[in-house]
Amino acid sequence: MTPAVWAGVVVCAGVGALGRFLIDGAISSAVGRELPAGTFVVNVSGALLLGLLTGLALRGAALTLAGTALLGSYTTFSTWMLETHRLRDEGSVAAAIANALVSLFVGLGAAALGRYLGAHL
Amino acid sequence: MPTPGSDRQPVRTASVDLRELVAIFLGGAAGGALRVGLASAFPTSDGSWPWVTFTINVAGVFLLGYFITGLQQRRPLSTYRRPLVGTGFCGAFTTFSTMQVELLAMLRQGHYGLAAGYATASLVGGYLAMYIATALVRRAAVLA
Repeated sequence: MTPAVWAGVVVCAGVGALGRFLIDGAISSAVGRELPAGTFVVNVSGALLLGLLTGLALRGAALTLAGTALLGSYTTFSTWMLETHRLRDEGSVAAAIANALVSLFVGLGAAALGRYLGAHL
Repeated sequence: MPTPGSDRQPVRTASVDLRELVAIFLGGAAGGALRVGLASAFPTSDGSWPWVTFTINVAGVFLLGYFITGLQQRRPLSTYRRPLVGTGFCGAFTTFSTMQVELLAMLRQGHYGLAAGYATASLVGGYLAMYIATALVRRAAVLA
């Protein structure tokens, strides 16, 4: 990768993290923090968009910047697991399992939908 | 007698803390760039176990768990450490979207066992990493 692409990676990764923080904050202030809805919306929308880029057959530096750097940083695995663990810690094993499985399957469906849309646009 | 326009909502003062946003940007830039660097240094081929994403995700969970639990037990709290390391670095270092697109590619290529194994190992590994990190920090706090 060229230094210019690396500079773009750094900026896109930072912007992705900021986008996650702002969207998570907007969702959480709308529906409350009891359920981890903010992370769910961020992760599912990011999976949809990365699926879309895959369907559009984006490659090379464009995929690295928009996909791996921007959307990769926008979505998060660590907060998802932190919130899953917290749900169990607060007493609900069922809510923890639901948080893990619903995100997994809805995220997968979103990625498939995005890929389909990208391939047929 | 109110003057025209006096019943208008005052312009909302920004509730966002600019330094918090800068901390998230910097942490996210570092975490995301490190992940991109690792992914380009160790490319994975189709139909094989995505070691890079898997290792990054489980390690990132451990780091976040260790860090967040540690922060909860320390006073006074540093205002910008959590956005820098937690939301920024760990959040951007780990990824959900890449994992989902990798799973989708496995399913499309008919590698159902690999997809089931990868999804299960990520969830179980991620959860255990958080559980162990939290337990370690709490135990260290009790012993201290």
